[in-house]
Amino acid sequence: MFDPKQPYRCSPRVALRPEPFGALVYDFTTRRLSFLKTEQLARVVATLAEHADVDSTLDTVAVAPSERAAYLHALAGLADAGTIQPREP
Amino acid sequence: MKLVDHFETGLDAPICLTWELTYACNLACVHCLSSSGRRDPHELDTAQCRAVIDELQRMQVFYVNIGGGEPTVRSDFWELVRYATDHQVGVKFSTNGVRLTGQRAKWLAGRDYVDVQISLDGATAAVNDAVRGPGSFDTAMRAMRNLADAGFRDFKISVVMTRQNVDQLDDFAAIADSFDAQLRITRLRPSGRGADVWDELHPTAAQQRQLYHWLVAHGEGVLTGDSFFHLNALGSTPLPGLNLCGAGKVVCLIDPIGDVYACPFAIHEQFLAGNVRAPGGFTEVWRNSPLFQDLRRPTSAGTCSSCSHYDSCRGGCMAAKFFTGLPMDGPDPECVQGFGELALATAGAVPKPAADHSRRKPVPLSIGFGQPADRACDTSPLAGMR
Repeated sequence: MFDPKQPYRCSPRVALRPEPFGALVYDFTTRRLSFLKTEQLARVVATLAEHADVDSTLDTVAVAPSERAAYLHALAGLADAGTIQPREP
Repeated sequence: MKLVDHFETGLDAPICLTWELTYACNLACVHCLSSSGRRDPHELDTAQCRAVIDELQRMQVFYVNIGGGEPTVRSDFWELVRYATDHQVGVKFSTNGVRLTGQRAKWLAGRDYVDVQISLDGATAAVNDAVRGPGSFDTAMRAMRNLADAGFRDFKISVVMTRQNVDQLDDFAAIADSFDAQLRITRLRPSGRGADVWDELHPTAAQQRQLYHWLVAHGEGVLTGDSFFHLNALGSTPLPGLNLCGAGKVVCLIDPIGDVYACPFAIHEQFLAGNVRAPGGFTEVWRNSPLFQDLRRPTSAGTCSSCSHYDSCRGGCMAAKFFTGLPMDGPDPECVQGFGELALATAGAVPKPAADHSRRKPVPLSIGFGQPADRACDTSPLAGMR
């Protein structure tokens, strides 16, 4: 269960490639390609591991309050897909 | 800007890159898109191939679709697979199965980042071998059995759809199920030797409808390399995929001598963007070649602009038009609204293929189609994606 109060990281089996629209995500294990559709979301995913939890990552990347719910929803989806995963604090 | 619009204007690196490692092939399929057979004396050597892989790693091209010719006949093939996967460049390679022994299948099953695609163009030996050559059905089936026995799951069975095998779609799906494999079907293009047999092999209008409905019914369970988007004009249910021609935008081909073409089905000087051996390498070709820059600019719908279906089919396949002598800004030769047939009636001369590596021997053209060769490869930005 995705919990934004917990520490997360981008999965080590996943590679991010910056693109003008955000980033391409490639999972080397499942061989699935997906997209992060904004640059901000790409920054969130890339820097999760540097922050105490998901909420503080969103703060640092300055995600607007009005978009916060949408970002958390997207991140929950990425957690389900294994693109991001919980890490030890 | 929508995601698909970003794809239209080109990405910093391709999503889907096909790399044909050799023009040498043990088969001589009648519809071979690269007119393969003989090895080209200027083929990239091992060190040059490694340099390309290093560059792909720097560009973060996550995986390549390796084909040929028959790539496994290169003596350094397995070494190159290992080199690529050790450098964060995943590999899916297409093969007719000739080198897939039980031992090799075990080696493959034990490696991450490697996927295998076996070419099969008939669900029976009779239909397959008429296109791919005598014995090729048995070779492919043996390779698939070896993969399944080694525990290699979800390898791909790649079928080029022809007039002779559309009726076998359910049989292909059953073969894939029996090996725990995944079925992938792609469109026949009049490229390479495919131009010689196009009239006899390409599906009829009725078969195109049959194919569309089969695809709609099977949804994302069947891979298509996004190759049937011209069929979208048949109905209101769009097929899964990006629905665009990715040539030079998100897709390209590196051929065995390092030439970079806009797409695997467009091996012709008109679609040649540069060579990986030139200064700046592949990166320079991809990002700055005048041809690719041009392909990333908005195009006119031309004679299709008055057609209400243009938004769903986008005028179809560039290579199919080019090699049947049709203008780029007009209908696909297999336009499901019938405009292609009208256009073909007044088409110009068909361009000659640029590089022909077919073996020089008498070509037995008989029983509708005659001689054998290889493959279909990923052209699509969606290849491997859901």
